[in-house]
Amino acid sequence: MTTDEKLQILTDAAKYDVACTSSGVTRGGKKGSIGSASPAGCCHSFAADGRCVTLLKVLMSNACSYECAYCVNRRSNDVPRATFSPRELADLTIEFYRRNYIEGLFVSSAVIGNADYTTERMIECLRILREEYRFRGYIHAKAIPGTDEALLTRLGYLADRMSVNIELPSENSLKLLAPDKTKTAILSPMGQLKEQIKENREDLVLYRSTPSFVPAGQSTQMIIGATPETDFQILNLAEGLYKKYDLKRVFFSAYIPVVEGRNLPSLLTKPPLLREHRLYQADWLLRFYGFRASELLDEEHQSFNPYVDPKCTWALNHPDFFPVEINRADYEALLRVPGIGVKSAQRIIVARRVGSLDFEDMKKLGVVMKRAQFFITCRGRTLEGLSLRREYVMRSLMSVDTAKQLEMPEMEQLSLFNGEEYTKCLTGQI
Amino acid sequence: MSDRSNMIYFYDGSFDGLMCCIFESVYRNERPAAIREQNDGQESLFEARTVETDESRAQRVKDAIKDKISKNALNFVKKAFLTCLEDKELLIFDFLRDGFKRGWLSMNDITGRYMQPLYTAVRALDNEAELLKGFVRFSDLGGVLVSVIEPKNYVLPLLMGHFCARFHDESIMIYDKTHHMVLLGQNGQGKIAYLDEFTPAEADARELEMRRMWKHFYDAIAIKERYNPRCRMGHMPKRYWANMTEFWEERCAPAEVEQGGRFAIAD
Repeated sequence: MTTDEKLQILTDAAKYDVACTSSGVTRGGKKGSIGSASPAGCCHSFAADGRCVTLLKVLMSNACSYECAYCVNRRSNDVPRATFSPRELADLTIEFYRRNYIEGLFVSSAVIGNADYTTERMIECLRILREEYRFRGYIHAKAIPGTDEALLTRLGYLADRMSVNIELPSENSLKLLAPDKTKTAILSPMGQLKEQIKENREDLVLYRSTPSFVPAGQSTQMIIGATPETDFQILNLAEGLYKKYDLKRVFFSAYIPVVEGRNLPSLLTKPPLLREHRLYQADWLLRFYGFRASELLDEEHQSFNPYVDPKCTWALNHPDFFPVEINRADYEALLRVPGIGVKSAQRIIVARRVGSLDFEDMKKLGVVMKRAQFFITCRGRTLEGLSLRREYVMRSLMSVDTAKQLEMPEMEQLSLFNGEEYTKCLTGQI
Repeated sequence: MSDRSNMIYFYDGSFDGLMCCIFESVYRNERPAAIREQNDGQESLFEARTVETDESRAQRVKDAIKDKISKNALNFVKKAFLTCLEDKELLIFDFLRDGFKRGWLSMNDITGRYMQPLYTAVRALDNEAELLKGFVRFSDLGGVLVSVIEPKNYVLPLLMGHFCARFHDESIMIYDKTHHMVLLGQNGQGKIAYLDEFTPAEADARELEMRRMWKHFYDAIAIKERYNPRCRMGHMPKRYWANMTEFWEERCAPAEVEQGGRFAIAD
C-alpha cells in the first residue's frame, strides 16, 4: 500500500477527532532545525465543513482491537485498514510542514494489540521528528488509556499537547457504548499528566534547562448526542474538568452515526450541530467571560435555549443587572452584555479614557449593536427610538440563520421566556 | 498652520519619504491637499512640491513621534503605511499632526476621526498577515521553497521574520504578485526586493506527489454530514484559494491517480 493510500484511510479515520488547535506554546526557529510555534496557533486551511485545518491529523493505525460501539474503527467493522510506520509518518509530516501545509502533527491511534505497543510506535515517530529532524513545530499526541506511566511520560516530553478522550459524558454511557474503556482508565492518565505538568512547571522555575513536559497542556473531548445526558450535566462536567485537571480545552463533538448498533441512535439521526454550537458558546463564557456553569443552566433548566445563545438567555433572565453604562461599567460588567466580546470590551476601556463614548462610537469599536442596544446606556441615555416590540427584540437577539428559519407569526407564539420576566427586562429597567 | 488646499506633495514612496513630508509641512507650517508618490501619472492643476528624502530629517520626525506620542505610535504608523488604504499618506499625516498636539491620548482615540480609519486599516493588515502565515503554500522547486501570494495589503515585511525563522535552514522565496515584490530568505535572514514578474518553474514528480497527497488529505478531513461552505468562506475568503495547493486540480495530478480504485476519495 502506498503512503498516499494509507494517508487517505488514516485521515478518514481520524476526522471525527475535534481538537485541531496549535496554540499554547512559544518556540522560535533555530539554526540547524526546522519549525517554530506561536502561542496563538495558526490555521493553515479550512475544510469543506468549515473546520480549521492546522495539524496533520491522522491515526498511526486504524487496525483496532477494541470494540467501541460508536466508533468507525471498531474491530468488527468492515473498513479498509492501514498502519503507518513511524518513519513514514515522520517523513510525511516534514514534507508537509516544509510546504507550509500544516503547523505540525496530531497523532492518535487505534489500539494495535495493546496500549503500550501503540504508544511505543507513537513515541518512535515523535523521536524521529524531534531528534533526527530537530523539528520545533507543534505536536499533539493522544494518550491511549491503559498505557504504562513511564511510556506516557516519555511521550509527554516529546509532545506539546496531550489529550485523553473522555469519549462520553458519563460512566453509564461509557459502559454501554465503550465496554473496553472504563472511567478510571480514562481519568488516571489525565491525573498523571496533570501532576507531571505541575511538577515540570515548578522545575522550570528552578532550572531553566529542564526539558518541558506537555508545555501546551492537555485537552479532552466527548461525544454529544449519542447518550441521554443533558446540557446541564455536560457543562458541569466540563467545568469540573477545567478545575480539577487544569485542562486547556474541552471539546464537544456532535454524534454522527457512522455505524449501526443496538445501543446507538439510528443511522438517520442528524448530528446535533446546534446543541454542540451552544455548548461551545457556553464553554467560551466559562473560559473568557467569567461565567460559572451554574449561572447558565440549573436543575430546572437543563437544556440551552435553541433560539438565542446562552449569553442572551442569561441577560434576559437577569434584568436587574442591566442596563450597563458604557462609560462607567467595569470590564467584567461589559463582558456580560450580549453583543460585546473580549476585544470590543477592551477597546471600550481604551477609548473611553480619551472622552465619553456615545452610541455612534459603538459600531466603530466592534460592538454588535443589534444585540447590545437593549442592554446598554451611553451617558445615561438609552438608544433613541429603541423599539421594544417583542418580535423585534426576539429577532434581534437571534442569529440571522435562526431568525430566517422562523416565520414571524410563529415567533409571537414562542413562549421562550415567561411574560413577566420579559416585561421586567424590557420595560422596567431599560 | 495654513491649509494649502491647492498644494500636492510628491515623495518617493518610501516610509522615510513620508516622514520627510511631515518635516516639510511642519517647517513650512502648511497642510497639503494630497501626498502622492512621484510619477503616478495623474495630471493635475494643483501646485506641486517634490519632497526629497533625507535620512536625518526622517529620523528627526521618527524621534519626535516616539517622544511626543509614543513608541507604539511609530510602529503603528509604520504598519499603517503598509495598508492598502486609499490616501493613507494624508491620513497618516493628519493623525501625526493631531498626535503631536495631543500626545499619547491620540493613540487611544480609536473612534476619533484621525485614528479610526487607520485603526481599521491596520486591523485588516494584521489580519491578512495572520491569515497568510497559514495560507502561504510553498512548492519545493529544485530545493528552493517557492510561493506566490496576491494580498491586498503589503504584508511581506510582516511575514519576513516569521518565515525566515521557521525555515531557518531552507532557501525560501515568496512573490507578492499584487505589489511586485519578492521576499528572499536564507540562513534565517531575509530581504525584500522589487521583481516585476515571476513565473514558478515546473514541479518535478516528487513535488507533484506531495501536492496530490495534500489534496487527498484535505478532501478526506472534511466531514460530509457537516458540509458548510459558508463557514469555510468566512474563515478563508475565496480570493486566497487560487494560490493554495488544495484547490489546484491540474497542477497536482499526473494521470495514474485516477485508478485509485477502492481508495477513491468518494468513499
